[in-house]
This record gives sequence, structure tokens and C-alpha cells, in this order.
Amino acid sequence: MDTLLEPLGFAFFQKGLLVAALSGALLGFIGVYIVLRGMSYIGHGLSHAIFGGYAAMQLFAVQFYVLGAGLWGIASAIAITSVARRSRVGADAAIGVVTTASFALGVALFSKFGSSGPSFDNALFGSILGISNTQILWLVVVMIGTGLFVLLRYRELLFTTFDPDVARASGVNVARTEALLMIALSLSILVTLTVIGVTLVAAMLVIPAVIARMLTDSFGRMLALSTVVGLICGITGMYLSYYAGVPSGTMIVLVGAVVFVIVLAVTGARGMHRMAGVNDHAPPKMRMPA
Amino acid sequence: MAPLITLTNVSAGYGRVNVLHDVTLTIDASDFTGVVGPSGAGKTTLLRVLLGLIKPSSGTRTTDPDLRVAYVPQLETVDWNFPVTVFECVLMARTHQRLWPWSSAEERREVAHVLDRLGIGDLAERHIRELSGGQQQRMFLARALLRQPHALLLDEPTSGVDINTRHDVLHLLGDLHAEGMAIVLTTHDLNGMAAHLPRLVCVNGHIVAEGTPKEVIIPSVLEETFGAQLEVLEHLGMPIVVDPAHPARTAN
Repeated sequence: MDTLLEPLGFAFFQKGLLVAALSGALLGFIGVYIVLRGMSYIGHGLSHAIFGGYAAMQLFAVQFYVLGAGLWGIASAIAITSVARRSRVGADAAIGVVTTASFALGVALFSKFGSSGPSFDNALFGSILGISNTQILWLVVVMIGTGLFVLLRYRELLFTTFDPDVARASGVNVARTEALLMIALSLSILVTLTVIGVTLVAAMLVIPAVIARMLTDSFGRMLALSTVVGLICGITGMYLSYYAGVPSGTMIVLVGAVVFVIVLAVTGARGMHRMAGVNDHAPPKMRMPA
Repeated sequence: MAPLITLTNVSAGYGRVNVLHDVTLTIDASDFTGVVGPSGAGKTTLLRVLLGLIKPSSGTRTTDPDLRVAYVPQLETVDWNFPVTVFECVLMARTHQRLWPWSSAEERREVAHVLDRLGIGDLAERHIRELSGGQQQRMFLARALLRQPHALLLDEPTSGVDINTRHDVLHLLGDLHAEGMAIVLTTHDLNGMAAHLPRLVCVNGHIVAEGTPKEVIIPSVLEETFGAQLEVLEHLGMPIVVDPAHPARTAN
């Protein structure tokens, strides 16, 4: 019990634990849509693109850098989705060029001008030090916004994720739904970057969702399970990070990887079978039927 | 009565490449039409243009202002590992009618009714991966019917199902047509369509011919459509297409 209570005596850990738990839950929640749409690579690219915006915006307007990075991320997300709708091969190339260029810009700006916010390493791998109340507030606001978005657009999101062509033929505004999802994803990545880190956010988008997919065949249960798995990984990872003295994002992702291996061992062939289609789903809109 | 969908001199495709050229076609409320042609002829593209999923690069597409369409995609284009049950999949047809994620009692009754009509009422809670090809086709038909469409467009509905299911699907479509629903489907299956459909459209990059099976299933049209010389026989008043025998076998 002391092991659990001792770190809570530190204010920085309390904040870190809260942010890690909420970040894990948020990324696990929205990660379900990212994984089922076969967009894990977009999540990966987006976190790197946002890093570039994060660094650039610190240079130009320190107090508004979070907003600037958010807009940068949203613009990147919509651009990527727009390209992805046209061609699958082109999308991969576009993500590779746009996001790595944005990341490289961030690295260059950090190296040349330094940082008024988090350090370079902290931005890459996450840190629980120096989390402000404003950051916690932003995280809670994005969580509530994302939760409301999914609640009120649940059916549209499900339909467009499963079969965008038929959804469109049925009168669903697929482009608008995808744009809103990209905005929610960009904001989720932005507010969780502090603790999870740029390079590891994509892992926390994917791992909880894949674990949940191995455990259930129901979409609703997958959403709930993925959120809970993300939350548990965030809390456990934070404690291990504290005791092991390694960056928080690294430990949170490692906990997720261990849970993944355990669930894979327990669910066996059934889990493998369920996971088989994950990330292998090429939405019909991206194909070119004759 | 005005046509439900009208294409006038439409060319369309993907990117800068047109698959269809100068297509003029009308779909009326009374239509039960099969679109036939070889692979790559543009059957699916024509369907997608009719649905409004592809914008013509030239020409115009006009629709009845109150038109409500339903679309049944090819089974191969669907991720059958996606985590949804048959009930959840059919309920997708009701995306606009209700804000909340969970279904209303009325919706549950309607889904049960349409599944029962298609003979898969007992499969509502199954995962979609556990269905046979015929059951998957029926599930998509159930989703389409739940929209109560004026026109139902189906992409290869008889592909990948056994002969009994094909027969059942075509009879069901016949019943829906008799109830006043316009039906348009694509297929490779010339003979199957000739027996069930009153109107065929032969496509090979453009519309080669359209009319009754007797009018279009003739050697000259088939040669232009499929690029092969096919023999046409008549059986009980219906045209039957016969594959040419291999020259070596003919010689023997």
C-alpha cells in the first residue's frame, strides 16, 4: 500500500497521475476509430506533425502555442484525410513527406532557438514534471468534447467507419464526419503530448484498441474496454515510471505492450482471429473498382 | 412519371481516367434492370455514378428531388472482421432517425421484422463474420430495406453465393419490384439474369445495348460487350448463352 501512497505525497505526481490516466483513457477511446479505419499510420504521422507546429508556435507566440499547434495538427489531419480519400498509395507517401517534414522543422527550431515550454526530450518521450492546471483543464475539455462528439455522432461514426461508401449513398455526410473525427484526434494528441510524448502517442492510440478488439466482437464493448485499458496503462505506467526513473510515456507504452502479450496468450487463436482484420481494413472508398 | 435517375452523356472514372464514356441512361420507378459486362467494363462505376458516389467528368446526372436510394455493396469490399453484430449492421440504415447510440423499441421491432422477412431473424445477435455468403447478402438486403428506398442498387448480389441463394435473392428482388421498388443490379451472370430480369443493359466502357433479354442477348451484342464469339440458344422461349468449346475438344 505504501508503494501506491508514497508517490501521491508529491503534488507533481498527483497531477501526473491524473493526466496519465485521462490521457490513456482518451487515446484508448478515440483509438478504436483510428484502428478500425486502418489509420494507425495517420495517428503516428499526426503526432509528429503536431510536434512541428508545437515548436514553431512557441517561437512566434509563446502564450498561444498550444492553440497554434492544435490548428497546425488539425490542418495536417484534414490534409492527410483529403489525400487518403483519393489514393491509398498517395496517402502513405503524403503522410511520410508532410509529417516527417513537419517533425524535422520542429527539431530544427528546438535545436536553433531552444524551448520556452517543455524540453526536447520531454516533448519526445513524455514527462510528468511541470504539468500546469491549464494543461489539465485543456485535457478535460477535450475529453468532454470528444465524448460528446462520439455520443451524438455514434451512428454516423460507426457507419462511416464500417462502410463509408454505403454510408454516403445513404445520405451520411462522410467528409464532415471524417473531418470532425480528425479534429478530435488532433486535439487528443495535442493535449496528451506532455505526458505520453510525441513518439509514443501513436502506440497508445493503437495498443488499447487492439487489446480490446481481441477481447470482444462488439463495437460498443470495444469502445468501453479500450478506454479502460488505456486508463489502466496510464496509471500503472505512471507508478512504474516513478519508481524506475524513466520517462512516463515510455513506461505507459511498455505496460500496454505487456498487457497486449498477456491478452494475446489468454485469448489465443480467437484473439488472433479477431485481430486479423484490424488495420488491414482498406475502406472501399479507397479502392478503384472497374 | 419522371425518371428516378437520369444520366445524360455521362463520362466518369477515377482520377483523370474515364472508365465510362458518353452514357445516357434512365432509371424509372418501374425498372428491374441488370447491368452486364465483363470485368473492367465499368459496371460498378456505372452503379456508383447512379448513386452519386462518383461525379461525372462530363455530362449530367439528375435525380428525383425526393429520391431515397439504398445500396448493397459487393461482399468482397466489406471488412467481415469488423466488430458488429447483424442487428447493429442492419440498424446502420437508421443513422439519421435517432440521435442516441442505443436503439429504440420501435427500431428493434422494425429490424426484427425485416430480418424475419429475409429468413435470418434468428441470426440478429451473431457477429457478421459467422454468416455464410447467402446470409451476408440477406443482411445487407435487410439494411437496404430498412431505409424503405424508392430504388435499390446492388453490386454483384449473386456473386459468391450458391445457386439456391442466387435463386432466392432474385425472387426476393422480384417481389420488391412487384411492390413498386426500382431495382438495378450488376452481374456477370448472363443466363441467370435473362430468366429473372425484364431489362438488361450491356456495358463495355459505354452502353453497347439495352432492352429485353431477347433483344440484347444476341451474338453481335455479346461480341461487342464481351469481346468473344458466343453462341445463343433458346430454351423455353429464353435466350441461353453457351460458352464456345475449346478448339481441341471440338476437333476430337
